[in-house]
Amino acid sequence: MTEQKGEDGHAAFATLFGLDAPLEESTPEGGARRGFLRRFKESLTKPRQAISPQLAGVYASKLVNEATWEDLEEALITADCGMPATMDLVDALRAQAGEGRITSGTGLARALTDEIGTRLASKPPRIELGHDPTVVLVVGVNGSGKTTTIGKLAHQLSSLGQTVIIGAGDTFRAAAVEQLAVWADRAGADIVRQSPGADPGAVAFDAVAAGRARNADVVLIDTAGRLQTQNNLMEELRKVSGVVGKAMEGAPHHVLLVIDATTGQNGLSQARLFSEAVPVSGLVLTKLDGVARGGIVLAIHRELGIPVVMVGVGEAVEDLQPFDARAFADAIFSPDSGSGE
Amino acid sequence: MFDTLSDKLQGIFSGLRGRGKLTPADIDKAMRGIRLSLLEADVSLPVVKQLTTAIKERATGDEVMSSITPDQQVVRIVNEELTRLMGGTKVGLAMAPSPPTVILMVGLQGSGKTTCTAKLARLLLNDGRAPLMVACDVYRPAAMEQLAVLGAQVGVPVHMDTGSTDPVAIARGGIALAKRTGRDVVIVDTAGRLSIDDAMMAELVAIRDTVKPTSVVLVVDAMTGQTAVEVASAFDAAVQFDGVVLSKLDGDARGGAALSIRAVTGKPILFVGTGEKVDALEPFHPDRMASRILGMGDVLSLIEKAEQTVDVDDAKRIEERLRGGNLTLDDFLEQLQQVRKMGPLGQIMGMIPGFSKAAKMKDVEVDERRIDRIEAIINSMTMPERKRADIINGSRRRRIALGSGTTVQEVNQLLAQFKQMQKLMKRMGKGGMPSLPMG
Repeated sequence: MTEQKGEDGHAAFATLFGLDAPLEESTPEGGARRGFLRRFKESLTKPRQAISPQLAGVYASKLVNEATWEDLEEALITADCGMPATMDLVDALRAQAGEGRITSGTGLARALTDEIGTRLASKPPRIELGHDPTVVLVVGVNGSGKTTTIGKLAHQLSSLGQTVIIGAGDTFRAAAVEQLAVWADRAGADIVRQSPGADPGAVAFDAVAAGRARNADVVLIDTAGRLQTQNNLMEELRKVSGVVGKAMEGAPHHVLLVIDATTGQNGLSQARLFSEAVPVSGLVLTKLDGVARGGIVLAIHRELGIPVVMVGVGEAVEDLQPFDARAFADAIFSPDSGSGE
Repeated sequence: MFDTLSDKLQGIFSGLRGRGKLTPADIDKAMRGIRLSLLEADVSLPVVKQLTTAIKERATGDEVMSSITPDQQVVRIVNEELTRLMGGTKVGLAMAPSPPTVILMVGLQGSGKTTCTAKLARLLLNDGRAPLMVACDVYRPAAMEQLAVLGAQVGVPVHMDTGSTDPVAIARGGIALAKRTGRDVVIVDTAGRLSIDDAMMAELVAIRDTVKPTSVVLVVDAMTGQTAVEVASAFDAAVQFDGVVLSKLDGDARGGAALSIRAVTGKPILFVGTGEKVDALEPFHPDRMASRILGMGDVLSLIEKAEQTVDVDDAKRIEERLRGGNLTLDDFLEQLQQVRKMGPLGQIMGMIPGFSKAAKMKDVEVDERRIDRIEAIINSMTMPERKRADIINGSRRRRIALGSGTTVQEVNQLLAQFKQMQKLMKRMGKGGMPSLPMG
């Protein structure tokens, strides 16, 4: 069973990276995919339990009336979706109800997960590789989980046969480089590092240069956590991204913004201001294994259209998973995800 | 879209002035505005409901209905209710009657426990105490090293055992060490954990029962959304914490989590983390937090900040020269630099009532760059030029523009502005120090 999970993860990651699926998975592709979805949903059942009392009330109602809509609105707000995204969703569902397409609580449940799934899946998550090397810059506020995400991502890439170089660009936080070195060691990736307090741009440049010299497939660059309102630090980030572009034309190819799933409406400000500094191409939603529901990604998607590419649903290496909008919507908002179909 | 609540309420009420009477529909509209504003600030929904009910009751009373400025009355009521819910006055950290005082730091992953541990240790050290930090995070790679580095930075010893996988044993060793070496406060840093992870919560209980803390402190990220209450309640149920440190409050998070946790668990907010550096930990002021959640700015913090960073002697010297009516470009530059010393302009602007941060962020960024250029222009002038701006003729302007990497137009603009300021000064004569035109 454990092995099965690993293989499912491989297939999903291969798709995420635009790679050919690993050989051992030429077995019925549908079966493997279902297994992976199950794991994704299983790991997401805990947050669902936290929201279910509210949604359970909505879904249990025989008729859909004004009180049902209010309950639904509150459930979405409690999931950190934010007011504008909540109103969007409720309005869309009200319109469907007006056409007679939703008449009961269960109908509403299906329509809600459909609506959320469709919205978030407007762009399929991709972190295309294929550059020599592909450079990925990882950014975010303090404590969002950048370093851990890089560690897990390096592991997934390595196990798909990609050679990875990690640039330890967080030269500010005490022992950040040591933390990353442990992850690099676990993943069998090389790490490029300098002394604490070094210029992060120089580290990033060296990492890309090393990636080119050693023919690496992927260069992952860590950055120090910074609050999006710290103009000087955002300026520094812009510089790091620029330096990476000097080291290799067209780089960074992907900029991932890491957001903690417990984040409230400030997440919108994070997405806005980080996007102004660097070309954020995807979100990584971390720590979705607690009571957090991560509704903020709906607010961000609504305003900025940035797709979620990965979610972190646990501490273990294989708990970083490619994002599946449907599974996410089902796990968090569907009445029957806990029982697993 | 990020209008402050006070702006919103003014919008709702301004049309009503002079009519003398508010209809229930007006009140409902105002309540919706308040509700939205609180939700945008991440105040948890049950607390929002509780608040709006209390506010509505007071808002429909005479104090608002008969007022000629109903909008201001409502804002005042909201502010009062928020402050009341947040506990009124500030609370400090309890010390044990017989040392060592033991403080146990708990929280989710990435909430900022380790950083707060070091900040707290530094604060206590400055208070004349002899703290010891204990590193009990055996899970996150290099977590202990992080505390060790921070310990060296703040000058506080750290007890750790990188080979150990038993946090309870490390904690026990830390207390014993403190007793042996006469340390009077022990701050125990623990691994981040999910409130629903039973095994990890059990471990926390074991640590607590071993070290018998004077206070258990929950560290909460100021950016936390609606889950703040659930998380806090779960930690409270497991280890009964005594107070909260709200971390990362230096960004633009409104920090509704603080209000929610205080309202639901009744536990006070003790400190707030306000920056990356180890000295950025401040006592919590409930009234200021209320203003922040309302988006009403924080004038008191701004004044405090100014007092801390502005050199009194410098300010006096400039003021004297202003009274004499001869402001030089050097003074102008100095004043600019004093304002900048207080921190990024965006942060300062956010403390000024009426400046909702998110909405004006773009303008502020531009301003920051403009000030850079003004500094460069003045720095490219010779000493005589700075003392007597009227000697700066066309060729000098070209040289200054070239030297500062700007254009002659920009130099002209600055000089024109400066001339205007000088005129203003002269007219004000013996008045106090005017503020800079920042726009």
